[in-house]
Amino acid sequence: MSPGGPMNTESNIPDPTPPADHFDDIEQQQHAGLLGMWVFLLTEVLLFGGLLAAFVICRLRYADAFAGAAEHLDLVLAAVNTALLFTSGLTMVLAELAAGARRRGPTIWWLLATAALGTAFLVLKGVEWYGEYKEQLMPVLGLPFVYPGEEPQLAELFFNLYFVATGLHAAHMLIGLGVLAVMLVLVRGWRRPDRLDRQLRIAGLYWAFIDVVWIFIFTCFYLLRA
Amino acid sequence: MTSVAESPTVAGEACTDDYLSGGWSIRSWLLTVDHKRIAWLYAVSITVFFFFGSAAALLIRLELITPAGDLFSAEEYNRLFSLHGIVMVWFFLIPSIPATLGNFLIPLMVGARDMAFPKLNLLSWYIYSLGGLFTLAAVIAGGVDTGWTFYTPYSTLFSNSAVLAAAVGIFIVGFSSILTGLNFVVTVHTMRAPGLTWMRLPLFVWANYATALIMILATPVLATLLLLVGLERGLGIGIFDPALGGDPLLFQHLFWFYSHPAVYIMILPAMGVISEIISCFSRNPVFGYTGMVISIMAITLFGFVVWGHHMFVSGQSMYAGILFSFFSFLVAVPSAIKTLNWTATLFRGRISFTAPMIYALSFLELFTVGGLTGIFLAALALDVHVHDSYFVTAHFHYIMVGGAVTAYMGGLHFWWPKLTGRMFSRAWASTAAVALLIGLNLTFYPQFLLGYAGMPRRYHSYPDDFAILHVLSSLGAGVLAIGYLLPLIYLSWSLRRGEPAPPNPWDARGLEWQTMSPPPVHNFKETPVVTGGPYEYRE
Repeated sequence: MSPGGPMNTESNIPDPTPPADHFDDIEQQQHAGLLGMWVFLLTEVLLFGGLLAAFVICRLRYADAFAGAAEHLDLVLAAVNTALLFTSGLTMVLAELAAGARRRGPTIWWLLATAALGTAFLVLKGVEWYGEYKEQLMPVLGLPFVYPGEEPQLAELFFNLYFVATGLHAAHMLIGLGVLAVMLVLVRGWRRPDRLDRQLRIAGLYWAFIDVVWIFIFTCFYLLRA
Repeated sequence: MTSVAESPTVAGEACTDDYLSGGWSIRSWLLTVDHKRIAWLYAVSITVFFFFGSAAALLIRLELITPAGDLFSAEEYNRLFSLHGIVMVWFFLIPSIPATLGNFLIPLMVGARDMAFPKLNLLSWYIYSLGGLFTLAAVIAGGVDTGWTFYTPYSTLFSNSAVLAAAVGIFIVGFSSILTGLNFVVTVHTMRAPGLTWMRLPLFVWANYATALIMILATPVLATLLLLVGLERGLGIGIFDPALGGDPLLFQHLFWFYSHPAVYIMILPAMGVISEIISCFSRNPVFGYTGMVISIMAITLFGFVVWGHHMFVSGQSMYAGILFSFFSFLVAVPSAIKTLNWTATLFRGRISFTAPMIYALSFLELFTVGGLTGIFLAALALDVHVHDSYFVTAHFHYIMVGGAVTAYMGGLHFWWPKLTGRMFSRAWASTAAVALLIGLNLTFYPQFLLGYAGMPRRYHSYPDDFAILHVLSSLGAGVLAIGYLLPLIYLSWSLRRGEPAPPNPWDARGLEWQTMSPPPVHNFKETPVVTGGPYEYRE
């Protein structure tokens, strides 16, 4: 994206943002920003990677017990959630494209859609957790764990891992929603659209990562059942 | 670097717009985004923690002067060495060279005006301080008795100490090193001056770049692990609980997946410093620059596949043990290449024994002893005999204190004129460097003998037969204390009274010496253009 040149705009004249003091030009700054987010996502991969590796090792060792415990998760709710999250990935890309085309209205609407889908995901996740709490499958803070199947200790280990993984993912969703809220306020103001465009692409990378992590969590915990 | 657009300014006019002239108000320091000032924030913080951790070490050595456990109870002793380990590893060694010298020098060495993300850089210091506060809270709450390794199930189910506060502190401080690493990687990739190709980068930059990669890739796993320990202890979410089928060995695997690469976080930047110093004071280009770069990256890579050598006797599979042993031998190869290349750099050089050079030569001795004994430990059968003994303690102190801290001291002296614009007392500095070398060998060499004779780690009392060696070791700790306290005095003194430093007092070739001492706020008057390598000492 050339920094200064007028794009196919619907609004006022785009004002080219000068780079920050320590950068030579805007391209260097943009390169640094994107690379920074990629490197950050690399750390996130390893953050979840350690946890998922721990799960996979337990899953291999206690194959039957874990497959049985997975039966007690709500596959339908999780599948709906997966669909919601993937759709939010699409709307986020559309928001980025709209910002790239310097169109303020569509950018706002696609961002709102993304935030709404993300929120719906978290609400459904909450419903799912509440269901597990009702069934006494939430062994957190000394709550009773009543498991109808065989090998309840191993099932408890499974649910411990499940709550840590989905909880960590939900925490990332909350951060992502916070980022979306900030971007919404900035896009509403629509100052320096070329800068917004760059920031949205960086935010979009983070949102895409949350989607990708969910694929692994969904596969490991929900799909590997008896 | 042969050609730089800007010619060095003379010392007299140096104080007009240097980075320290921006004022000394609290605000000008705590809200700064200048990488050079942030380096100072880190330098002061890690020095505080260093003396904190050293005090614990001194108490340990005091206890060990006599065979009986008379000064501290076994519980108190456990808390002392845990405090020493936690503070020294996470609050001194990990940030030491990267966060101070690296922060200050990398933008200068790549010809940039600042790090890629100056605000993130400041944030990383605040995160570090917050983590430090939690650790302080853990100490006030009575300390931790798990050792710095937090092995489960002791740490999660049995320990009656402030494990949670300490784990939170380390969890937090981990993010400061992730942010530092992220900043280094992006800065080296995107901010290099025109003409500064990858193979023209100083080895100090290469070493810190490799360190940054390890920080980025290993630290998040530690974060996950501490999160799991914290959740297990705080909320009862058992992951490593044997009663649920959880596996304490899994904890050790994840822990050493971080903590072994972490020792390369500590030693790689030290190797970078040594390359700069040895080349400068033997007036020779670094021998085998390309080989040095490949070795740095090979150590980084192999460093990730040797963690199992901490678990040879923990009950991991024998075949895993054989593989981990093999890779541990393999990582010695690039380390040896580096050591031999430094020696070859000295060959037929015009060597001057300045204080930084004495530190660097000490490093060669200490690192060689520490490295060669590492090969002993990589051997499966021998490790069964000496594991968890003072042999191991001596080995890693030779590398961590003998290697990393000595290099940090050497680097601090080498770049002190650039950091402060002042020269230090050469006589005192040489005295301190020699004291450090004697102190280190006297403290830790007897520990090899102790360990080989069967003295285990982490005991506050021992049989009378070990007394002589323990007394020698404690004596060495006293000499070591002198070696650390002296620089604190004469370096502080030089800040006010030292003679002003010229831009390039050592006649070195690096880009950082081509600007004034101390450097201006934006480092260079105009972006330098680089036309040569960093070690062109022989014209």
